[in-house]
Amino acid sequence: MYRTHILVCGGTGCHSNNSGKVREAFEEQIKQRGLENDVCVVGTGCFGLCAVGPIIIIYPEGAFYSYVKVEDVPEIVEEHIVKGRLVERLLYHEKAKGNVAVHSLAETNFYKKQTRVALRNCGVINPEKIDEYIARDGYQALIKCLTQLDPQQVIDIVSASGLRGRGGAGFPTGRKWQFAKNQVNDTKYVCCNADEGDPGAFMDRSVLEGDPHAVLEAMTIAGYAIGSHQGYIYVRAEYPIAVERLRIAIAQSREYGLLGDDILGTGFKFDIELKLGSGAFVCGEETALMTSIEGHRGEPRPRPPFPAVKGLFGKPTILNNVETYANICQIILKGADWFASMGTEKSKGTKVFALGGKITNTGLVEIPMGTTLREIVEDIGGGCPNGKRFKAAQTGGPSGGCIPAEHLDVPIDYDNLIAIGSMMGSGGMIVMDEDNCMVDIAKFFLEFTVDESCGKCTPCRIGNRRLLEYLEKITSGKATMQDLDDMEQLCYYIKANSLCGLGQTAPNPVLSTLRYFRDEYEAHIKERRCPAHVCKDLIQYKITDACKGCSACSRKCPVTAISGEIKKKFEIDQNKCIKCGQCIATCRFGAIIKE
Amino acid sequence: MKKTIEDINQIRAAMQSQIILRDNVDPEKEIHIIVGMGTCGISAGARTVFNALVDEVEAKELRGVRVTRTGCMGDCEDEPIIEVHVPGKEPVVYKKVDAAKAVEILAQLVKA
Repeated sequence: MYRTHILVCGGTGCHSNNSGKVREAFEEQIKQRGLENDVCVVGTGCFGLCAVGPIIIIYPEGAFYSYVKVEDVPEIVEEHIVKGRLVERLLYHEKAKGNVAVHSLAETNFYKKQTRVALRNCGVINPEKIDEYIARDGYQALIKCLTQLDPQQVIDIVSASGLRGRGGAGFPTGRKWQFAKNQVNDTKYVCCNADEGDPGAFMDRSVLEGDPHAVLEAMTIAGYAIGSHQGYIYVRAEYPIAVERLRIAIAQSREYGLLGDDILGTGFKFDIELKLGSGAFVCGEETALMTSIEGHRGEPRPRPPFPAVKGLFGKPTILNNVETYANICQIILKGADWFASMGTEKSKGTKVFALGGKITNTGLVEIPMGTTLREIVEDIGGGCPNGKRFKAAQTGGPSGGCIPAEHLDVPIDYDNLIAIGSMMGSGGMIVMDEDNCMVDIAKFFLEFTVDESCGKCTPCRIGNRRLLEYLEKITSGKATMQDLDDMEQLCYYIKANSLCGLGQTAPNPVLSTLRYFRDEYEAHIKERRCPAHVCKDLIQYKITDACKGCSACSRKCPVTAISGEIKKKFEIDQNKCIKCGQCIATCRFGAIIKE
Repeated sequence: MKKTIEDINQIRAAMQSQIILRDNVDPEKEIHIIVGMGTCGISAGARTVFNALVDEVEAKELRGVRVTRTGCMGDCEDEPIIEVHVPGKEPVVYKKVDAAKAVEILAQLVKA
């Protein structure tokens, strides 16, 4: 019987910070001291607070250690495990609480405001052990479906819960399943969209890494509900840890007879196959994804017919996102009413967001629908670092838009976000502070979509390229107000005429920044000025009178643009300057400014 | 090996007690037992007390009870010492506890 559990985060964030080695070090120390019968070391999925990884949690205390290095392991084992004293130095320090050490995970602001449904097992179980999943009520939902519910009852529960697709569009999941069930066909397919492509989004990856069985179980339930015997998970090849854990999970499920013929002796047959995507953003679009699974080049096809009628290999197909599946088993077990009791009128349950950008607590959070952006950014996320002012949050990735500070108190749900010009999207949330130029942000997202456009339809292939050229004209100070109007017109044209979601939503970042930050666009055009001092063509580096003449900057300048006499004020040759910013980083007196 | 529904339920029952330790309970709602495990405590037998408590929590699947360790409190002659925090009540300190007494204390707490 283990009396102490050492949980080491094995999500991608902590893994790339060497958590694998830390886990090995713990195992070695525990063995050396002959404690292997008392203490178990568990590699888990993501805990969420990726910013301070590698993260270690030690139960029963629930002690929360951050930034743990291999060298720290002997001290933790000696002090905490053997002597029972917490290692204060390594405990997580929360800035919001005056930088004092927080003793346990449950005490942090970061976790207090969260409600974990889709992430309930992430950071709790070892995702490579099916038994730990079973211990947390794993596969009970499947047993309930196969033994107590008929397929229509399963769909009724999902419909009544109000669950909507977590991939972005928010289509009611129950209705999608119903369409597929109503189709009469011997062959139907259940697909899982794990082709998470939005820049800055890692919700689905974390679910797959931390709780792969939840997705497998939910897909099997979906198969039972619509009458399908084959599932496909389309997952990015760039997610090696997620792919590995899915492979292990599928093998374990097959071994236990939870996938395959005659599941649990009930006669129901279902199996799941992995398909690796090679990273094309358009393959996150449902028809392109299915075309890719079929072995063709990933290009979208016109709808209708919708996938529920004619999808994968021309058969009725349902396609849901990873996070949508991650909610299913809990809905079956705890009931539709429980799920519908969380959230707002039209958006039920919780939503996972990947917090990134200018935010203190970079990481993964799950909040009930209806939580305000302010709670996410300020309370859970800890606000912008270095006391900078919050400017906007970008949600929905390249298809979404920016939410400015004036809308911080809007409760987050599908409909409210659309009303303020953004969208839920899959859950990436990038926070921007006063140092971000909104035109530059729009340009960044458009560069992404221009790169990722598959080229099948003209509005997207050429329209977005032209749109990007307008933005480049603006950021280089060469645009006119007429260009701004033309650009806006072009946005609506692209939205109206593109074939698939990629093109239809690509102008959104431009439109939403135009809506809330038109003054910044106009400053670029009329005054040839970038208010946030980001756009290189519109700024100059200058040395102020605070200069002590130490020559540090001139020695660092890669193009020798800075000259002067020691102990006198230096000067920058604007013709030579490439605006790399090295001088600002070097100056110890804050004497160099951008204007 | 293919499992039946019965098998899955057995695995669940067997594994649940093993991972119950990882439950994050609201600190304001749980019973918290702290075992003094400085050198003095350990030499007086605190480890047996601690192990007995943890085993009992696992065996009876008591949710909302947390057993943790701490260092020396200063009353070394009265070790093994355990301190019991019940939400909404003053903490109580028990001295010269052994495994049997600890389990008895736990049983009383849970009953109340």
